[in-house]
Amino acid sequence: MGRLEGKTALISGGARGQGAAEARLFAEEGANVVLTDVLDEEGERTADIIGGTFLHHDVTSEEEWAAAVARAVELHGGLDVLINNAGVYADVPLEGDPDDYRRVIEVNQFGVYLGMRAVAPVMIERGGGSIVNISSTAGMNGGASVAYTASKWAVRGMTKSAAVNLGRHGIRVNSIHPGPVDTPMIADTRMADTGLLDQLLQQHVPLGRMGQPEEVAKLALFLASDESSYSTGSEFVIDGGLLA
Amino acid sequence: MGRLEGKTALISGGARGQGAAEAALFAEEGANVVLTDVLDEEGERTADIIGGTFLHHDVTSEDEWAAVVARAVELHGGLDVLVNNAAIYSPRTLLEAEPDEFRRVIEVNQVGVYLGMREVAPVMIERGGGSIVNISSGAGMRAGSGGFAYAASKWAVRGMTKSAAVRLGRHGIRVNSIHPGLIDTVMLGETRIVQGGNLDRAVERIPLGRVGRPEEVARLALFLASDESAYSTGSEFIVDGGSLA
Repeated sequence: MGRLEGKTALISGGARGQGAAEARLFAEEGANVVLTDVLDEEGERTADIIGGTFLHHDVTSEEEWAAAVARAVELHGGLDVLINNAGVYADVPLEGDPDDYRRVIEVNQFGVYLGMRAVAPVMIERGGGSIVNISSTAGMNGGASVAYTASKWAVRGMTKSAAVNLGRHGIRVNSIHPGPVDTPMIADTRMADTGLLDQLLQQHVPLGRMGQPEEVAKLALFLASDESSYSTGSEFVIDGGLLA
Repeated sequence: MGRLEGKTALISGGARGQGAAEAALFAEEGANVVLTDVLDEEGERTADIIGGTFLHHDVTSEDEWAAVVARAVELHGGLDVLVNNAAIYSPRTLLEAEPDEFRRVIEVNQVGVYLGMREVAPVMIERGGGSIVNISSGAGMRAGSGGFAYAASKWAVRGMTKSAAVRLGRHGIRVNSIHPGLIDTVMLGETRIVQGGNLDRAVERIPLGRVGRPEEVARLALFLASDESAYSTGSEFIVDGGSLA
Protein backbone atom coordinates (compact mmCIF):
# COMPACT_ATOMS: atom_id res chain seq x y z
CA MET A 1 0.00 0.00 0.00
CA GLY A 2 1.25 3.47 -0.85
CA ARG A 3 2.38 5.75 1.92
CA LEU A 4 -0.22 8.37 0.91
CA GLU A 5 -2.98 5.97 -0.13
CA GLY A 6 -6.40 7.65 -0.11
CA LYS A 7 -5.02 11.11 0.59
CA THR A 8 -5.40 14.20 -1.57
CA ALA A 9 -2.47 16.59 -1.95
CA LEU A 10 -2.31 20.05 -3.43
CA ILE A 11 1.16 21.12 -4.57
CA SER A 12 1.79 24.71 -5.63
CA GLY A 13 4.57 25.33 -8.12
CA GLY A 14 4.19 21.74 -9.23
CA ALA A 15 5.00 22.18 -12.92
CA ARG A 16 8.73 21.55 -12.65
CA GLY A 17 11.68 21.19 -10.28
CA GLN A 18 11.01 20.14 -6.69
CA GLY A 19 7.25 20.58 -7.03
CA ALA A 20 7.11 18.19 -9.98
CA ALA A 21 9.29 15.65 -8.14
CA GLU A 22 6.94 15.85 -5.16
CA ALA A 23 3.89 15.48 -7.40
CA ARG A 24 5.36 12.40 -9.05
CA LEU A 25 6.41 10.70 -5.79
CA PHE A 26 3.11 11.48 -4.07
CA ALA A 27 1.17 10.01 -7.00
CA GLU A 28 3.37 6.90 -6.91
CA GLU A 29 2.56 6.56 -3.22
CA GLY A 30 -1.15 6.55 -3.90
CA ALA A 31 -2.17 10.19 -3.41
CA ASN A 32 -4.64 12.11 -5.55
CA VAL A 33 -2.42 14.94 -6.74
CA VAL A 34 -3.57 18.41 -7.74
CA LEU A 35 -0.64 20.46 -8.93
CA THR A 36 -0.84 24.16 -9.57
CA ASP A 37 1.44 26.67 -11.25
CA VAL A 38 1.55 29.74 -13.48
CA LEU A 39 3.46 27.65 -16.05
CA ASP A 40 0.51 26.12 -17.89
CA GLU A 41 2.25 24.09 -20.55
CA GLU A 42 4.76 22.46 -18.21
CA GLY A 43 2.09 21.97 -15.57
CA GLU A 44 -0.25 20.17 -17.97
CA ARG A 45 2.59 17.96 -19.15
CA THR A 46 3.65 17.04 -15.59
CA ALA A 47 0.05 16.28 -14.61
CA ASP A 48 -0.35 14.05 -17.69
CA ILE A 49 2.80 12.09 -16.89
CA ILE A 50 2.01 11.46 -13.23
CA GLY A 51 -1.75 11.04 -13.60
CA GLY A 52 -2.71 14.14 -11.62
CA THR A 53 -4.72 17.29 -12.23
CA PHE A 54 -3.19 20.62 -13.24
CA LEU A 55 -4.76 23.93 -12.30
CA HIS A 56 -3.57 27.37 -13.33
CA HIS A 57 -2.83 29.22 -10.11
CA ASP A 58 -1.15 32.45 -9.15
CA VAL A 59 -0.36 31.99 -5.43
CA THR A 60 -0.53 35.74 -4.79
CA SER A 61 -4.27 35.73 -5.53
CA GLU A 62 -6.71 34.98 -2.73
CA GLU A 63 -9.42 34.16 -5.29
CA GLU A 64 -7.22 31.73 -7.15
CA TRP A 65 -6.35 29.95 -3.88
CA ALA A 66 -10.05 29.65 -3.11
CA ALA A 67 -10.71 28.27 -6.59
CA ALA A 68 -7.85 25.75 -6.50
CA VAL A 69 -8.82 24.42 -3.07
CA ALA A 70 -12.52 24.24 -4.02
CA ARG A 71 -11.66 22.33 -7.19
CA ALA A 72 -9.44 19.85 -5.29
CA VAL A 73 -12.23 19.20 -2.80
CA GLU A 74 -14.77 18.85 -5.61
CA LEU A 75 -12.56 16.33 -7.42
CA HIS A 76 -11.51 14.23 -4.44
CA GLY A 77 -13.90 14.97 -1.60
CA GLY A 78 -11.41 16.75 0.62
CA LEU A 79 -7.81 17.82 1.09
CA ASP A 80 -5.23 16.21 3.39
CA VAL A 81 -1.93 17.71 2.30
CA LEU A 82 -0.79 21.12 1.13
CA ILE A 83 2.74 21.62 -0.16
CA ASN A 84 3.42 25.34 -0.32
CA ASN A 85 6.20 24.93 -2.84
CA ALA A 86 5.79 27.82 -5.29
CA GLY A 87 8.67 30.25 -4.94
CA VAL A 88 10.81 32.65 -6.91
CA TYR A 89 14.37 33.79 -6.48
CA ALA A 90 15.62 37.29 -7.19
CA ASP A 91 18.95 38.63 -6.09
CA VAL A 92 17.66 41.77 -4.40
CA PRO A 93 20.38 43.42 -2.31
CA LEU A 94 19.54 45.79 0.51
CA GLU A 95 20.17 48.79 -1.75
CA GLY A 96 17.97 47.28 -4.51
CA ASP A 97 14.55 48.31 -5.79
CA PRO A 98 11.73 48.02 -3.21
CA ASP A 99 9.38 46.85 -5.96
CA ASP A 100 11.65 43.85 -6.61
CA TYR A 101 11.67 43.18 -2.88
CA ARG A 102 7.86 43.32 -2.71
CA ARG A 103 7.49 40.96 -5.68
CA VAL A 104 9.55 38.23 -3.95
CA ILE A 105 7.67 38.68 -0.67
CA GLU A 106 4.36 38.56 -2.49
CA VAL A 107 5.02 35.13 -4.01
CA ASN A 108 7.20 33.42 -1.40
CA GLN A 109 5.64 34.77 1.78
CA PHE A 110 2.16 36.07 1.02
CA GLY A 111 1.55 33.05 -1.25
CA VAL A 112 2.36 30.64 1.61
CA TYR A 113 0.19 32.59 4.03
CA LEU A 114 -2.78 32.60 1.65
CA GLY A 115 -2.33 28.87 1.04
CA MET A 116 -2.44 28.01 4.75
CA ARG A 117 -5.39 30.34 5.20
CA ALA A 118 -7.30 28.73 2.34
CA VAL A 119 -6.76 25.10 3.35
CA ALA A 120 -7.06 25.35 7.15
CA PRO A 121 -10.90 25.40 7.28
CA VAL A 122 -11.11 22.45 4.88
CA MET A 123 -8.62 20.46 6.95
CA ILE A 124 -10.33 21.40 10.22
CA GLU A 125 -13.58 20.07 8.82
CA ARG A 126 -11.80 16.87 7.77
CA GLY A 127 -10.31 16.46 11.27
CA GLY A 128 -6.69 17.03 10.37
CA GLY A 129 -4.05 17.37 7.69
CA SER A 130 -0.43 18.14 6.97
CA ILE A 131 0.92 21.41 5.60
CA VAL A 132 4.50 21.44 4.34
CA ASN A 133 6.01 24.84 3.65
CA ILE A 134 9.13 24.95 1.50
CA SER A 135 11.53 27.42 3.07
CA SER A 136 15.28 27.27 2.39
CA THR A 137 18.67 27.25 4.08
CA ALA A 138 18.32 31.00 3.45
CA GLY A 139 15.62 30.80 6.14
CA MET A 140 18.23 29.54 8.62
CA ASN A 141 21.04 32.07 7.99
CA GLY A 142 21.58 35.25 6.01
CA GLY A 143 21.53 34.71 2.25
CA ALA A 144 22.73 37.06 -0.50
CA SER A 145 19.28 38.35 -1.42
CA VAL A 146 17.61 40.31 1.37
CA ALA A 147 14.21 39.71 -0.24
CA TYR A 148 14.60 35.94 -0.62
CA THR A 149 16.12 35.64 2.86
CA ALA A 150 13.31 37.67 4.44
CA SER A 151 10.62 35.64 2.70
CA LYS A 152 12.12 32.31 3.73
CA TRP A 153 12.63 33.38 7.37
CA ALA A 154 9.02 34.54 7.37
CA VAL A 155 7.91 31.13 6.08
CA ARG A 156 9.85 29.50 8.90
CA GLY A 157 8.18 31.73 11.48
CA MET A 158 4.69 31.44 10.02
CA THR A 159 5.09 27.66 10.06
CA LYS A 160 5.58 27.70 13.84
CA SER A 161 2.78 30.15 14.45
CA ALA A 162 0.36 28.14 12.32
CA ALA A 163 1.45 24.90 13.98
CA VAL A 164 0.64 26.27 17.42
CA ASN A 165 -2.72 27.52 16.16
CA LEU A 166 -3.78 24.45 14.23
CA GLY A 167 -2.33 21.65 16.38
CA ARG A 168 -5.55 21.10 18.31
CA HIS A 169 -7.33 20.51 15.03
CA GLY A 170 -4.94 17.70 14.13
CA ILE A 171 -3.24 19.81 11.48
CA ARG A 172 0.54 19.61 11.42
CA VAL A 173 2.66 22.35 9.83
CA ASN A 174 6.38 21.94 9.15
CA SER A 175 8.99 23.64 7.00
CA ILE A 176 11.60 22.11 4.69
CA HIS A 177 14.92 23.88 4.20
CA PRO A 178 16.71 22.70 1.08
CA GLY A 179 20.27 23.75 0.34
CA PRO A 180 21.65 23.71 -3.22
CA VAL A 181 19.28 21.51 -5.23
CA ASP A 182 19.58 20.82 -8.93
CA THR A 183 16.50 22.68 -10.21
CA PRO A 184 15.77 25.46 -12.71
CA MET A 185 15.90 27.96 -9.81
CA ILE A 186 19.67 27.49 -9.53
CA ALA A 187 19.95 29.42 -12.80
CA ASP A 188 18.45 32.50 -11.10
CA THR A 189 20.99 32.50 -8.28
CA ARG A 190 24.67 33.31 -8.02
CA MET A 191 25.20 29.55 -8.27
CA ALA A 192 24.47 29.81 -12.01
CA ASP A 193 28.20 30.56 -12.12
CA THR A 194 29.50 26.99 -12.15
CA GLY A 195 32.83 28.13 -10.70
CA LEU A 196 31.06 29.52 -7.64
CA LEU A 197 28.83 26.46 -7.39
CA ASP A 198 31.81 24.08 -7.49
CA GLN A 199 33.56 26.14 -4.84
CA LEU A 200 30.51 26.04 -2.59
CA LEU A 201 30.08 22.31 -3.01
CA GLN A 202 33.75 21.49 -2.46
CA GLN A 203 34.38 23.83 0.46
CA HIS A 204 31.09 24.08 2.30
CA VAL A 205 28.92 21.06 1.54
CA PRO A 206 30.13 18.01 3.49
CA LEU A 207 28.41 15.63 1.08
CA GLY A 208 30.20 17.46 -1.78
CA ARG A 209 27.32 17.58 -4.25
CA MET A 210 24.01 19.25 -5.05
CA GLY A 211 20.82 17.59 -3.90
CA GLN A 212 18.31 16.15 -6.36
CA PRO A 213 14.65 17.24 -6.43
CA GLU A 214 13.71 13.60 -5.74
CA GLU A 215 15.60 13.77 -2.43
CA VAL A 216 13.60 16.79 -1.30
CA ALA A 217 10.45 14.99 -2.43
CA LYS A 218 11.23 12.06 -0.11
CA LEU A 219 11.43 14.41 2.87
CA ALA A 220 8.17 16.09 1.81
CA LEU A 221 6.59 12.62 1.58
CA PHE A 222 7.68 11.81 5.14
CA LEU A 223 6.17 15.06 6.42
CA ALA A 224 2.99 14.75 4.34
CA SER A 225 2.32 11.20 5.53
CA ASP A 226 1.19 9.94 8.92
CA GLU A 227 4.75 8.67 9.52
CA SER A 228 5.56 12.10 10.96
CA SER A 229 2.42 12.19 13.12
CA TYR A 230 4.15 13.73 16.19
CA SER A 231 6.21 16.37 14.37
CA THR A 232 4.83 19.86 13.94
CA GLY A 233 6.13 23.42 13.97
CA SER A 234 9.65 22.37 13.16
CA GLU A 235 12.37 22.81 10.53
CA PHE A 236 13.56 19.91 8.41
CA VAL A 237 16.88 20.65 6.74
CA ILE A 238 18.10 18.91 3.57
CA ASP A 239 21.32 20.61 2.52
CA GLY A 240 24.11 18.03 2.32
CA GLY A 241 25.44 19.42 5.60
CA LEU A 242 25.87 23.04 4.44
CA LEU A 243 24.57 24.47 7.73
CA ALA A 244 26.31 21.94 10.01
CA MET B 1 10.82 -4.41 -0.33
CA GLY B 2 11.67 -3.12 3.11
CA ARG B 3 13.03 0.40 3.44
CA LEU B 4 16.18 -0.95 5.17
CA GLU B 5 16.50 -4.17 3.16
CA GLY B 6 20.01 -5.58 3.27
CA LYS B 7 21.25 -3.06 5.83
CA THR B 8 22.65 -3.81 9.27
CA ALA B 9 21.73 -1.53 12.17
CA LEU B 10 23.19 -1.30 15.65
CA ILE B 11 20.85 0.27 18.22
CA SER B 12 22.16 1.09 21.68
CA GLY B 13 19.68 1.09 24.54
CA GLY B 14 17.47 -1.18 22.44
CA ALA B 15 15.96 -3.27 25.25
CA ARG B 16 12.90 -1.09 25.80
CA GLY B 17 11.25 2.25 25.05
CA GLN B 18 12.27 4.12 21.92
CA GLY B 19 15.22 1.83 21.25
CA ALA B 20 12.97 -1.24 21.23
CA ALA B 21 10.45 0.52 18.96
CA GLU B 22 13.27 1.38 16.55
CA ALA B 23 14.59 -2.17 16.66
CA ALA B 24 11.12 -3.57 15.89
CA LEU B 25 10.44 -1.16 13.02
CA PHE B 26 13.91 -1.56 11.48
CA ALA B 27 13.56 -5.35 11.56
CA GLU B 28 10.12 -5.08 9.91
CA GLU B 29 11.71 -2.98 7.20
CA GLY B 30 14.26 -5.65 6.41
CA ALA B 31 17.31 -4.65 8.46
CA ASN B 32 19.57 -6.99 10.37
CA VAL B 33 19.20 -5.57 13.85
CA VAL B 34 21.78 -5.79 16.63
CA LEU B 35 20.42 -4.22 19.78
CA THR B 36 22.53 -3.54 22.83
CA ASP B 37 21.78 -2.57 26.42
CA VAL B 38 22.78 -3.08 30.03
CA LEU B 39 19.30 -4.56 30.66
CA ASP B 40 20.03 -8.16 29.70
CA GLU B 41 16.69 -9.79 30.35
CA GLU B 42 14.59 -7.16 28.55
CA GLY B 43 17.17 -6.98 25.77
CA GLU B 44 17.07 -10.73 25.12
CA ARG B 45 13.28 -10.67 25.12
CA THR B 46 13.09 -7.77 22.66
CA ALA B 47 15.63 -9.41 20.37
CA ASP B 48 13.64 -12.68 20.44
CA ILE B 49 10.40 -10.92 19.55
CA ILE B 50 11.79 -8.90 16.65
CA GLY B 51 14.22 -11.52 15.34
CA GLY B 52 17.40 -9.58 16.12
CA THR B 53 20.53 -10.13 18.16
CA PHE B 54 21.03 -8.82 21.69
CA LEU B 55 24.45 -7.93 23.04
CA HIS B 56 25.24 -6.77 26.56
CA HIS B 57 26.80 -3.33 26.25
CA ASP B 58 27.76 -0.52 28.57
CA VAL B 59 28.10 2.48 26.23
CA THR B 60 30.64 4.16 28.50
CA SER B 61 33.17 1.42 27.76
CA GLU B 62 35.46 1.78 24.76
CA ASP B 63 36.21 -1.95 24.89
CA GLU B 64 32.56 -2.91 24.87
CA TRP B 65 31.90 -0.62 21.90
CA ALA B 66 34.76 -2.33 20.03
CA ALA B 67 33.31 -5.73 20.91
CA VAL B 68 29.71 -5.03 19.82
CA VAL B 69 30.75 -3.41 16.54
CA ALA B 70 33.10 -6.31 15.78
CA ARG B 71 30.31 -8.77 16.56
CA ALA B 72 27.81 -6.96 14.34
CA VAL B 73 30.30 -6.99 11.47
CA GLU B 74 31.08 -10.66 12.08
CA LEU B 75 27.38 -11.54 12.06
CA HIS B 76 26.29 -9.48 9.06
CA GLY B 77 29.43 -8.55 7.11
CA GLY B 78 29.33 -4.84 7.89
CA LEU B 79 27.42 -2.02 9.53
CA ASP B 80 25.29 0.62 7.81
CA VAL B 81 23.35 2.29 10.60
CA LEU B 82 24.12 3.28 14.17
CA VAL B 83 21.35 4.62 16.38
CA ASN B 84 22.97 6.14 19.46
CA ASN B 85 19.89 5.79 21.61
CA ALA B 86 21.13 4.71 25.06
CA ALA B 87 20.67 7.39 27.72
CA ILE B 88 19.79 8.02 31.33
CA TYR B 89 17.89 10.87 32.94
CA SER B 90 18.44 12.91 36.06
CA PRO B 91 15.88 15.54 37.04
CA ARG B 92 18.27 17.48 39.25
CA THR B 93 19.15 21.12 38.62
CA LEU B 94 22.54 22.83 38.64
CA LEU B 95 22.68 23.23 42.40
CA GLU B 96 20.85 20.03 43.31
CA ALA B 97 23.11 17.62 41.45
CA GLU B 98 26.47 16.51 42.84
CA PRO B 99 29.38 16.58 40.41
CA ASP B 100 29.52 12.77 40.47
CA GLU B 101 25.96 12.55 39.25
CA PHE B 102 26.68 15.16 36.58
CA ARG B 103 29.66 13.11 35.41
CA ARG B 104 27.58 9.93 35.31
CA VAL B 105 24.95 11.48 33.03
CA ILE B 106 27.59 12.99 30.75
CA GLU B 107 29.45 9.68 30.67
CA VAL B 108 26.43 7.73 29.40
CA ASN B 109 24.56 10.31 27.30
CA GLN B 110 27.50 12.17 25.81
CA VAL B 111 30.71 10.13 26.03
CA GLY B 112 28.68 7.06 25.06
CA VAL B 113 27.54 8.77 21.84
CA TYR B 114 31.06 9.97 21.12
CA LEU B 115 32.52 6.49 21.61
CA GLY B 116 29.84 5.02 19.38
CA MET B 117 30.53 7.39 16.49
CA ARG B 118 34.27 6.88 16.95
CA GLU B 119 33.91 3.12 16.80
CA VAL B 120 31.63 2.80 13.78
CA ALA B 121 33.19 5.49 11.59
CA PRO B 122 36.14 3.35 10.34
CA VAL B 123 33.80 0.45 9.57
CA MET B 124 31.42 2.73 7.65
CA ILE B 125 34.29 4.46 5.83
CA GLU B 126 35.51 1.08 4.64
CA ARG B 127 31.98 0.24 3.50
CA GLY B 128 31.71 3.51 1.59
CA GLY B 129 29.07 5.18 3.73
CA GLY B 130 26.47 4.88 6.44
CA SER B 131 23.99 6.73 8.61
CA ILE B 132 24.45 7.67 12.24
CA VAL B 133 21.39 8.82 14.16
CA ASN B 134 22.04 10.38 17.54
CA ILE B 135 19.10 10.68 19.91
CA SER B 136 19.26 14.11 21.51
CA SER B 137 16.15 15.69 23.03
CA GLY B 138 13.95 18.75 23.11
CA ALA B 139 16.26 19.59 26.04
CA GLY B 140 19.06 19.85 23.45
CA MET B 141 17.17 22.66 21.71
CA ARG B 142 15.94 24.60 24.72
CA ALA B 143 17.27 23.72 28.16
CA GLY B 144 14.02 24.57 29.90
CA SER B 145 13.49 23.70 33.54
CA GLY B 146 14.47 20.01 33.29
CA GLY B 147 17.56 18.26 34.54
CA PHE B 148 20.79 20.20 34.21
CA ALA B 149 23.18 17.37 33.37
CA TYR B 150 20.64 15.90 30.95
CA ALA B 151 20.33 19.20 29.06
CA ALA B 152 24.12 19.61 28.99
CA SER B 153 24.58 16.14 27.56
CA LYS B 154 21.86 16.59 24.93
CA TRP B 155 23.27 19.94 23.74
CA ALA B 156 26.64 18.23 23.42
CA VAL B 157 25.09 15.47 21.32
CA ARG B 158 23.56 18.10 19.06
CA GLY B 159 26.93 19.79 18.58
CA MET B 160 28.90 16.60 18.10
CA THR B 161 26.41 15.55 15.45
CA LYS B 162 27.27 18.61 13.36
CA SER B 163 31.00 18.26 13.90
CA ALA B 164 30.93 14.59 12.94
CA ALA B 165 28.74 15.33 9.91
CA VAL B 166 31.25 17.84 8.56
CA ARG B 167 34.11 15.42 9.17
CA LEU B 168 32.48 12.29 7.76
CA GLY B 169 30.45 13.74 4.86
CA ARG B 170 33.13 13.07 2.28
CA HIS B 171 33.07 9.41 3.24
CA GLY B 172 29.35 9.19 2.51
CA ILE B 173 28.50 8.97 6.18
CA ARG B 174 25.53 11.08 7.30
CA VAL B 175 25.06 12.10 10.93
CA ASN B 176 21.83 13.64 12.24
CA SER B 177 20.18 14.17 15.60
CA ILE B 178 16.62 13.47 16.69
CA HIS B 179 15.00 15.66 19.32
CA PRO B 180 11.98 13.99 20.90
CA GLY B 181 9.68 15.89 23.19
CA LEU B 182 7.55 14.12 25.79
CA ILE B 183 7.36 10.47 24.73
CA ASP B 184 5.47 7.71 26.52
CA THR B 185 8.46 5.69 27.82
CA VAL B 186 9.85 4.63 31.17
CA MET B 187 12.08 7.71 31.12
CA LEU B 188 9.05 10.02 31.02
CA GLY B 189 8.20 8.89 34.54
CA GLU B 190 11.62 10.06 35.75
CA THR B 191 11.31 13.59 34.40
CA ARG B 192 10.89 16.67 36.53
CA ILE B 193 7.54 17.31 34.88
CA VAL B 194 6.04 13.97 35.91
CA GLN B 195 7.80 13.85 39.29
CA GLY B 196 6.36 17.24 40.08
CA GLY B 197 2.85 16.14 39.06
CA ASN B 198 2.74 18.59 36.15
CA LEU B 199 2.21 16.27 33.20
CA ASP B 200 -1.36 17.36 32.49
CA ARG B 201 -0.38 20.99 32.43
CA ALA B 202 2.60 20.23 30.19
CA VAL B 203 0.45 18.28 27.75
CA GLU B 204 -2.00 21.15 27.66
CA ARG B 205 0.80 23.32 26.27
CA ILE B 206 1.71 20.87 23.48
CA PRO B 207 0.02 21.99 20.23
CA LEU B 208 -0.91 18.40 19.33
CA GLY B 209 -2.28 18.00 22.88
CA ARG B 210 -0.76 14.62 23.73
CA VAL B 211 2.53 12.85 24.47
CA GLY B 212 4.22 11.01 21.61
CA ARG B 213 4.55 7.27 21.18
CA PRO B 214 7.90 5.49 20.83
CA GLU B 215 6.76 4.24 17.40
CA GLU B 216 6.48 7.83 16.18
CA VAL B 217 10.11 8.47 17.06
CA ALA B 218 11.04 5.18 15.42
CA ARG B 219 9.49 6.30 12.10
CA LEU B 220 11.67 9.39 12.08
CA ALA B 221 14.73 7.28 12.93
CA LEU B 222 13.79 4.98 10.04
CA PHE B 223 13.65 7.93 7.63
CA LEU B 224 17.08 9.12 8.76
CA ALA B 225 18.61 5.63 8.79
CA SER B 226 17.40 4.88 5.27
CA ASP B 227 18.60 6.24 1.93
CA GLU B 228 15.40 8.32 1.76
CA SER B 229 17.28 11.04 3.66
CA ALA B 230 20.39 10.81 1.45
CA TYR B 231 20.94 14.60 1.25
CA SER B 232 20.35 15.41 4.93
CA THR B 233 23.28 15.51 7.32
CA GLY B 234 24.41 17.53 10.33
CA SER B 235 20.89 18.64 11.18
CA GLU B 236 18.27 18.43 13.92
CA PHE B 237 15.01 16.53 13.43
CA ILE B 238 12.34 17.34 16.00
CA VAL B 239 9.43 15.10 17.02
CA ASP B 240 7.73 16.89 19.90
CA GLY B 241 4.11 17.55 18.99
CA GLY B 242 5.00 21.21 18.45
CA SER B 243 6.38 21.89 21.96
CA LEU B 244 9.25 24.00 20.61
CA ALA B 245 7.21 25.85 17.96
